[in-house]
Amino acid sequence: MQKLLKHIGQYFMMMRKVMSVPEKWSVFNKQLILELEKIGLNSIGIVLFISFFVGGVVSIQTALNLQNPLLPKYLIGLASRDSLILEFSPTMISLILAGKVGSSIASEIGSMRVSEQIDALEIMGVNSASFLILPKIIASLFFFPLLVILSMGIGMIGAWVGGLSVNVTTSDFMYGLRYEFIPFFVSYAIIKTLAFAFIVSSLSSYFGYYAKGGAVAVGKSSTEAVVYSSIVILVFNFILTKIILA
Amino acid sequence: MIEIKNIDKSFGDNKVLKNVNMTFKKGQTNLIIGESGSGKTTLIKILIGLYKNYSGKVLFDGSNVSEMNKKELKKLRQDIGMLFQGGALYDYMSVEENIMFPLSLFTEKSEREMIERVNFCLERVNLKSKNNLMPSELSGGMKKRVAIARAIVMQPKYLFCDEPNSGLDPKTAILIDDLIMEITKEYNITTIVNTHDMNSVMQIGDNISFIHKGEMWWKGNKEELIISNNEELTNFVFASKLFKRLKK
Repeated sequence: MQKLLKHIGQYFMMMRKVMSVPEKWSVFNKQLILELEKIGLNSIGIVLFISFFVGGVVSIQTALNLQNPLLPKYLIGLASRDSLILEFSPTMISLILAGKVGSSIASEIGSMRVSEQIDALEIMGVNSASFLILPKIIASLFFFPLLVILSMGIGMIGAWVGGLSVNVTTSDFMYGLRYEFIPFFVSYAIIKTLAFAFIVSSLSSYFGYYAKGGAVAVGKSSTEAVVYSSIVILVFNFILTKIILA
Repeated sequence: MIEIKNIDKSFGDNKVLKNVNMTFKKGQTNLIIGESGSGKTTLIKILIGLYKNYSGKVLFDGSNVSEMNKKELKKLRQDIGMLFQGGALYDYMSVEENIMFPLSLFTEKSEREMIERVNFCLERVNLKSKNNLMPSELSGGMKKRVAIARAIVMQPKYLFCDEPNSGLDPKTAILIDDLIMEITKEYNITTIVNTHDMNSVMQIGDNISFIHKGEMWWKGNKEELIISNNEELTNFVFASKLFKRLKK
């Protein structure tokens, strides 16, 4: 318990350092562009790939569970749409990004810590927490929602392809996709994603920033970043769903 | 000139530095020597401001660091150049970007002026036209030289070097030592080198301070060191049997 409280205190102290005005905007912008590329652009491929196939699997499994002739076929489109928008795209993609982006952030900052690069920044008079972490948080807040929206779209294409393979016609599927669509569900997904983006980037940075030792410590910080980001994402998923939807 | 007065530093119950007093003179290479675990790295971290919880005074040209406000501290940090043990070059930046980094953050120089300054520093450390190499493409000695170039790019008043020769072959180590000494004399800066390399001590030791078990044990220059009868110092400096025979 004492250890947990220490971590929480240290995390908030780090965040206080992170949330400060950058030394020089031109240098910050350069850093931000680098992070947008590393965190966002480099994750597009994996998000598209996973979303397409999971979308396909969701619609096939839904079709298998709705084999009763009394149930209309368009329900497959509707169920796939809601599963993708409400849960798969925001939560599962954020968990996947916690693995990909989170481990990369923690190991990058951790390596900088153990090789004294962070000390070098501090000695120059640079606020290392803000310089290294703030661009990562902003890049994540900007790119995670875009990736999730992309995932929703590609997931639905995958679901349509999956539906075709189990004899769901395009018109039935499209009707289901549009049937009683509640636009607020997309807003809910974006709100959740923003929270998850902040959790992944800040927690992973925290574990990297306070890494101590050598290569083993960097590996440990990377693992901890993924594990704790995933746990916190799941807890906040429950809390946010309860607050927003219930 | 840098002075430290009555420095005490503990980690929990472990007292690492005990009432340490030292003076590091301008235009000289001031060496801090001592066994591993003697407290010299802690001392250098206090001097460069990485450790803040200590008792005693650190004076940079008479100004007490702990009494400085944020603005004065920031100014002081820009007057400090640091050469880390492993170089601490930023992996994702090229040689040129590494050296240019402090300039781009703290000066209003144009791109052309910055590149001119970078080229001057690279030439000074004999690495002309290596601008576009990445740190991963450099040898250990080249990394140290790039780190020296980065440390001097802002024309610092104080240069700190943490074990500048570790991991280098004797010939490259002497090149680095000579470079540190030349820069110290050329720019008339206060240089502090933390080392346990005896070649360095004999090569560049203008003013040597020996720390033993967290205490200031001996001080002098390299000539005085050779003839000193201080037991702990002799055991440290002339550790090998060959050196002991030579000393006799």
